[in-house]
Amino acid sequence: MKYAYFPGCSLKGTGRAYEESFLAVCGALGMEVEEIPDWNCCGATAYMSVDETQALALAARNLALAERLQAGAVVAPCSGCYLELMKSKKLIEEYDDTGRHIRRAIQAGGLTYFGKIAIRHPLDVFVNDVGLEAIRSKVRQPLTGLHVAPYYGCQVVRPFATFDDQRRPTSMDRLLEAAGAAPVDFPLRTRCCGGSLTGTVTEVGLRLTYILLREATRRGADVIAACCPLCQFNLDSYQREIKRRHGGDAEIPVVYFTQLLGLALGAPADRLGLRRNISSVRPLLAAWA
Amino acid sequence: MEIIPQRMRYDSQRDPRFAQDLMGSSRCKTLTQCIQCGTCSGLCPLSAYMDLTPRRVINLARAGFKNDALSCNTIWLCASCYACAVECPKKVSITDIMYSLKRLAIREGLYPKGSPIPVLAREFSRMVRSRGRATESRLVLNLYLKTNLLKLLGMWRMGLKLITRGRFSFRAERIERVNELRTVLATATAEAGEGPVP
Ligand code: SF4
Ligand code: SF4
Repeated sequence: MKYAYFPGCSLKGTGRAYEESFLAVCGALGMEVEEIPDWNCCGATAYMSVDETQALALAARNLALAERLQAGAVVAPCSGCYLELMKSKKLIEEYDDTGRHIRRAIQAGGLTYFGKIAIRHPLDVFVNDVGLEAIRSKVRQPLTGLHVAPYYGCQVVRPFATFDDQRRPTSMDRLLEAAGAAPVDFPLRTRCCGGSLTGTVTEVGLRLTYILLREATRRGADVIAACCPLCQFNLDSYQREIKRRHGGDAEIPVVYFTQLLGLALGAPADRLGLRRNISSVRPLLAAWA
Repeated sequence: MEIIPQRMRYDSQRDPRFAQDLMGSSRCKTLTQCIQCGTCSGLCPLSAYMDLTPRRVINLARAGFKNDALSCNTIWLCASCYACAVECPKKVSITDIMYSLKRLAIREGLYPKGSPIPVLAREFSRMVRSRGRATESRLVLNLYLKTNLLKLLGMWRMGLKLITRGRFSFRAERIERVNELRTVLATATAEAGEGPVP
């Protein structure tokens, strides 16, 4: 089955390492992935806060473009994009008038919105389409003894949670186990990282991020694995500032779960964007790259 | 000067039309189901920083206290994490209600002045409307130029780190068929019979 890949703005910017490692993992797993041509921004939470109708139209254009690719599903690695696309599809389906407005708008742009294509997250695709057995069989370098705090963030399972539990998701835990790593019990796995508040109301945003970093360290994690570019950015980039404000422990590396999977599958470190991390991944590289 | 702070709201401060419109809108109709249990306020990771807790915003909004509901910082601090919406025992779509209030606050010009959050939301949507994509580095630059120049200067270290790691985009992203997108957006607004985006 072919997947229509929706990168979203972050994966072409601060989250480049997520795109690189995601594509490397797809390659190693033999998945067929094609980027949606001329995709536009999903709208994110910001557009929804200003204009819902246009936010829905933004998402619908992407889905219309994806449907042209004859792919089985859209795969969106950014949790924000994933949720925004799912939510838009649902609202368009649920409300007849909204659906009519959006369909007509898409038509005015020379496209057709069918609303048939499924929207999936890589966590879902890797666990449920590729399968843990198949992944285990492709692991060349098990991450034995690596304690990982699996951090899911909020929007990947809430509010829709189609592929995992809303309160205690485990798909990333299972993937990391398949890669040979040891996930630690991380109860804050779906607590909000602060999102864009780190940039706007820094005092508040950084405190939320700090709570997560502190808890991961307490739980004995060597590394935090993220599945959303905004979470990864917040946890990865502000550690110095957080230490200045709140004190606390040593740095902890924050990576994408796809970077860890990639290492286990034998992909070279530079194809996984591991030089882009701001928190120190040196111990990781020394042991596994 | 306010000598005695007002701790309660008076009936005369209500705008019953506001409440009626809100509860009549499809995204906010669950407002009526709220039993004021406070689950949302208890688990919201941001309620400690809000001037009104989510529970209070729900109650003030449905009672028609428009000014409180639209000018509080609560709706802007809401990070859309959906924790409240999932745990609410009465299935009130709190996050969607927060979104509706944000949009009304922008339309009515009632958002807290000086708060960078609505500024970011508007800058973001402006950028996407005109180019089809958001470039994070430029967005942050625009935001701080508008709200907090000092903060921008304080961020040089972070900027440098991002640049050396190839995570900072100097080029502003743009889709190829911008005109197609603009037609789609303008048609959507017209079809829905809404006014231009403020
Ligand atoms: S959790 Fe639901 S019912 Fe309880 S106060 Fe909040 S909105 Fe109302
Ligand atoms: S969605 Fe908003 S109001 Fe609800 S818990 Fe999250 S931040 Fe708080």
